[in-house]
Amino acid sequence: MKNIEFRTASSAQGGLIVMSGVPGVAAGSQVQIKDHAGRLRNGLVIKVSDQAVLVEVFEGTDELDLERTWVRFLDEPFTLPLSRDIMGRIFNGAGHPRDGRPPIISADRRNVNGEPMNPAARAYPREFIQTGISAIDGMNSLTRGQKLPIFSGGGLPHNRVAAQIVRQAKLLGDEANAESSSFVVVFAAFGVSSADARYFQESFEESGVLNRVVMFLNLADEPVIERLLTPRAALTAAEYLAYDLDYHVLVVMTDMTAYAEALREVAVLRGDVPARKGYPGYLYSDLAEIYERAGRIKKRPGSITMIPVLSMPSDDITHPIPDLTGYITEGQIVLGRELFNQGVYPPVTVLPSLSRLMKDGIGKHYTREDHPHVASQLFASYAKALEVRGLAAIIGAEELSEGDRRYLEFANAFERRFIGQGEDEDRSVFETLNLAWDLLSMLPPDSLIRVSEAELEKYHRWQAVAETT
Amino acid sequence: MGKIIEINGPIVRLELPETVIGEQVRVGELNLVGEVIGREGDTALAQLYENTEGLRPGERAEGLGYPLSVELGPGLLNSIFDGVQRPLNAVWKKSGDRIARGVQVHSLPRDTAWHFVPDPGIRAGMTVSGGLVLGSVQETASIVHRILVPPTLAGELTELAGEGDYTLDEVIGHIKGRDGAVHKLNLFHRWPVRVPRPYARRDHAVAPLLTGQRILDTFYPLLKGGKGAIPGPFGAGKTMLQQQIARWCNAEIVIYVGCGERGNELTDVLEFMPELIDPHTGRPLMERTLLVANTSNMPVVAREASVYVGITLAEYFRDQGYDVVMVADSTSRWAEALREVAGRLGQMPVEEGYPAYLGSRLAAFYERAGRVETLGGLHGSVSLIGAVSPPGGDFSEPVTSHTKEIIQTFWALSKELADARHYPAIDWLESFSGYVPAAAKWWAQHVDPRWEEYRARALELLAESEELQRIVNLVGVEALSSEQRWTLEAAGLIKEGLLQQAATDETDSYASPEKQFALLAAMLRIHDEGMKLVKMGASARVLIQLPIMGQARRWKSQFTSEQLEEMKARIAEIPGVFERVAQEYEHAAPQT
Ligand SMILES: Nc1ncnc2c1ncn2[C@@H]1O[C@H](COP(=O)(O)OP(=O)(O)OP(=O)(O)O)[C@@H](O)[C@H]1O
Ligand SMILES: [Mg+2]
Repeated sequence: MKNIEFRTASSAQGGLIVMSGVPGVAAGSQVQIKDHAGRLRNGLVIKVSDQAVLVEVFEGTDELDLERTWVRFLDEPFTLPLSRDIMGRIFNGAGHPRDGRPPIISADRRNVNGEPMNPAARAYPREFIQTGISAIDGMNSLTRGQKLPIFSGGGLPHNRVAAQIVRQAKLLGDEANAESSSFVVVFAAFGVSSADARYFQESFEESGVLNRVVMFLNLADEPVIERLLTPRAALTAAEYLAYDLDYHVLVVMTDMTAYAEALREVAVLRGDVPARKGYPGYLYSDLAEIYERAGRIKKRPGSITMIPVLSMPSDDITHPIPDLTGYITEGQIVLGRELFNQGVYPPVTVLPSLSRLMKDGIGKHYTREDHPHVASQLFASYAKALEVRGLAAIIGAEELSEGDRRYLEFANAFERRFIGQGEDEDRSVFETLNLAWDLLSMLPPDSLIRVSEAELEKYHRWQAVAETT
Repeated sequence: MGKIIEINGPIVRLELPETVIGEQVRVGELNLVGEVIGREGDTALAQLYENTEGLRPGERAEGLGYPLSVELGPGLLNSIFDGVQRPLNAVWKKSGDRIARGVQVHSLPRDTAWHFVPDPGIRAGMTVSGGLVLGSVQETASIVHRILVPPTLAGELTELAGEGDYTLDEVIGHIKGRDGAVHKLNLFHRWPVRVPRPYARRDHAVAPLLTGQRILDTFYPLLKGGKGAIPGPFGAGKTMLQQQIARWCNAEIVIYVGCGERGNELTDVLEFMPELIDPHTGRPLMERTLLVANTSNMPVVAREASVYVGITLAEYFRDQGYDVVMVADSTSRWAEALREVAGRLGQMPVEEGYPAYLGSRLAAFYERAGRVETLGGLHGSVSLIGAVSPPGGDFSEPVTSHTKEIIQTFWALSKELADARHYPAIDWLESFSGYVPAAAKWWAQHVDPRWEEYRARALELLAESEELQRIVNLVGVEALSSEQRWTLEAAGLIKEGLLQQAATDETDSYASPEKQFALLAAMLRIHDEGMKLVKMGASARVLIQLPIMGQARRWKSQFTSEQLEEMKARIAEIPGVFERVAQEYEHAAPQT
């Protein structure tokens, strides 16, 4: 079957061709299409019956002359050849080299769709990863094996934040240093500009990890349908690195919005029933197939930690793409325009940000005993401070009570000193926690009910601050 | 034997003349399993529970002659099953870390021998009917598994095995049906998941399902046998709340269905449940728990089946006379699976792509909850709690709005509260419970007759404060009278000292009904004492500064439910505190 070329396309339209009279084609099989000029296109069988086969053509069906189109069914799903040699290489969305170097030759080829991990085989992620960024480590911390996306918007510095995380991420303690050699990055970019892709490449180069990065690129002007394969190919490589070679893999994927838009485009061509905003009903399951590939497996040393980046259309967090992502991932780091406009970097809007795995990866055994309470208190105090700020905007700051004015000052200091930090500033989690106490010391102890009395005793310096003001 | 004609995602068209709708089919070289959902002439349309990649037209297909059924018998507890009741631990052993396709394993272990003790009232020669308890097996240290006559059987019990160890394959008795046919009895039987298990009659639900969560038990109670929903945007706390209920509720059996959600959440349950001790039995919680897991990356058709598998398991334990709780996280994913299949079948979508029968399917599903008298004369209940995940957090979307009409208790989660880390982020104004009068009787009898009154007063205060807050947001707090300021403060106290209850706070994660009531009464007492003073002319601003206002907010996390007396001692100091202020005030008053 693999070697037979069929010339029985009966129609070609909108990226789909229909082949008739081809018996026994497997669902999901990879297809190669040769056009009249001898150029090859790639495709995928999306529906098959004993009468007809429906093939989706990645590069589109423009200029296909049915009489002079030859189609080969490769009789296997999309696979990626894998070996240690993938390290330091750059591939396109379908896994072919785009760095001018030879293709990977390996008998080990894996279906890019992967297979669902058995929930009974999963190990719960608990190891705290220090990113050196206070807004993340202190309040929305990342654990090894977690999927924690960055929700951003056009023009916001999500790339810089993601690159900073890649540069600074480490485990606490000595074991971390011993293990640093087992840390690799899989970077997948789809639908982004070549400038964005280059930015990451340079940043990996600067931090000296380039030979431990595997890249999969499908840029904005490249075939849209290939975009659907790109994260899958990248994750197949990541799984190989994590579970065959025992690496701790950090997967950075950008931009999931471009991915979802590609999916919508294809769904419309297929005539699928739309659910919200034209996105197909299966967008949730499709995204889940990608995101759920993060994690840890019992008795396997490696791990996949995932940081997908997505830009929220019109900064709207209820848009289907961030919404469905938030329903699948284990939290989200939300970047905000307001902070960004005020010159705060990284502009992490902490209230809508969340790390669901934080509760199990911080505290006495992992970071410091006061960490859970401090984080909770920062959230509560900052939420209250924002209310006060809203009030001040109406009645004027002068009209605020003395207590409320303290909150106003707290909000400002918190944003400037805690959230704000340098792009090269790598704060330890202890520095972050001490800084948090400095700020909480601006507020009277009676109002800090999320921390224990013992913690107040130990860390809170209200008196000192009160005396100096 | 038939063959495949067409493959379209999880839907396959088969040339298979004699199957009926609902029948299980086995398809292709990979032996994928699915069920018939439509017929047209000689062809059958089937949805497969596994990924169809690699399947080809022309491969074989066969009808299996029975509908999707579950195995019901010893070995259920302490397990994790997938959406079609394959035991995931056994699948793991067989196919490794990833779920391979076409794996065939028994739902219940065949090699374990269970110690069966016949019921003393049962002897051969008796006439028996469906649902009767024949005997029992001590399945876990805390749960006795009652062996029932399958609901559809009746006749003469011609033979019943004596006490002894039996595997599931061994025959433990025979029943001669009214038609003369002889049926074998085993420790287990099968039941089709889409058919509700029969019972003798519905009973009134009478007792609250206590969860140890104040905002649930004290404010928006659910009864044993009740139906509740937890709608909320992502990250608002649906899963945490369901896990809290699974941990602490006073049901005897807990069925946790992870339907289209995260793998790690199930791992979390699997890891913490064996370590936690059931406050009611003193045994590890896992012994009363059973998980059904079809995570979001697992095939979507099995996701649709998983809630039915869960509810059938729940009904089975109900039929043994147990109070069962089933939590389903999330019913929206189930509805979406329904939508996906409907879309592939070309059925007309009505709202947001959902088929017209969404509402009736949801209603029929929730209808399987309830408290009943079983066929065997026992009393049991299934309480059903479904999480709902509305797109964009919009409660007017189809799944939330249909669900809201079906259920009695509505725990509405709010993004604003979650963002401020007020947990559980249950909106006290948007939530409701239709079970308050029934719950009030229980509280009056078992805890305190003032429960209903106090609950209503606290809610009133909260509603009033909402109004006041609106004013403050417009013109500032100075616009309020002293009384209003005190009301606002008291509402704040109720929110922080009573409603807020972090699952992660070891001391407060579970609150006994007595602790709940003591705190409720204490917060109201502070309000009342303060209000007396304010009415006498004291300034709310001064009262707000009293140390007790901060202390009272900490009581919940300082005293466990066992340390009730210590907490009450602190609460008893309230009048004294205000008394002293009153004295100072009276003392100072003449000079002003
Ligand atoms: N009762 C609670 N106590 C403490 N923390 C909570 C509570 N409820 C929620 N949280 C916090 O909020 C996070 C999100 O909660 P959860 O995972 O239950 O949300 P969800 O509504 O199920 O979201 P999704 O729809 O995406 O699954 C938790 O990881 C935890 O940090
Ligand atoms: Mg959840």
